[in-house]
Amino acid sequence: MGRVVVDVMPKPEILDPQGKAVAGALPRLGFDQFVSVRQGKRFELEVEGDVTPEVLDAAQRAAETVLSNPVIEDVVRVADIEADAAATVESEGLA
Amino acid sequence: MSAAGARIGVITFPGTLDDRDAARAVRLAGAEAVSLWHGDADLHDVDAVVLPGGFSYGDYLRAGAISRFAPVMEKVVDAANGGLPVLGICNGFQVLTEVHLLPGSMIKNDHLSFICREQPLVVENASTAWTNEYEQGQRIVVPLKNQDGQYVADEHTLDELEGEGRVVFRYDGWNPNGSRRGIAGVTNARGNVVGLMPHPEHAVEAGFGPASADGPRSGTDGLTFFTSVLAYLVAA
Repeated sequence: MGRVVVDVMPKPEILDPQGKAVAGALPRLGFDQFVSVRQGKRFELEVEGDVTPEVLDAAQRAAETVLSNPVIEDVVRVADIEADAAATVESEGLA
Repeated sequence: MSAAGARIGVITFPGTLDDRDAARAVRLAGAEAVSLWHGDADLHDVDAVVLPGGFSYGDYLRAGAISRFAPVMEKVVDAANGGLPVLGICNGFQVLTEVHLLPGSMIKNDHLSFICREQPLVVENASTAWTNEYEQGQRIVVPLKNQDGQYVADEHTLDELEGEGRVVFRYDGWNPNGSRRGIAGVTNARGNVVGLMPHPEHAVEAGFGPASADGPRSGTDGLTFFTSVLAYLVAA
């Protein structure tokens, strides 16, 4: 079972009211080092087999046509999360 | 055609709330209201279509984003491109932006709260299919009730809308949701598709509308949307 993760964020020029509200709440809990917050969305798309380049391509198209609205949002990541995790472990092992 | 023979479709999506009020507004204006179902890819020969307000599909993903793919919407897009008058109110407006019949999009209100108030508006374009019986610059009051009502578009699009007279309504006075340039409603280049966040269908019958000079709940400013489209159909 493969999984593709799609991250969608509000465009930088669009005010993010939810992020602003979260940013306002953080200092009240003592987290005063964060000067701004932007809130996005993460989708996890599961497929039966492996995450092939075709699957990633389909995920990219789905991200741009359904999962995001290009007027207000940017697709910032479309990735095979298992492969990403493996790559991270590998790079940490080398270090 | 005569106004009495006009058939105006009102679409119901899962989670639509104001379809019955919209149908009632159509009848009060003197036309026949035809219920259209989201899953039925057929407009049943209606002369105009209203996409009413509510929370279709629970506003999941983005407001209007999933309704856009309803079978009936493909027919609406084709017909709208062919000149059929289409009105999107609140969630219906959000659906029209998601399906690209109207530019821009709506995000959460700048103050993050749901807002419900009697909203003064200025009619900026009194020549669309849905506003031709208003006067240019007329001030009207209809209810506004939404959470994701902040109209946004890039500066280029906003300039284009202003330049082409496609801003149909602007909030009068205080901007209730942070909409760019106080925009409450817009139209397409042809003027047959109109979308707005406030609710004209809730201001069509004395006793049930917003306050007016005639007293509490007496406002019927919204009825002119529905009589305008009938005038447009008769003239066509």
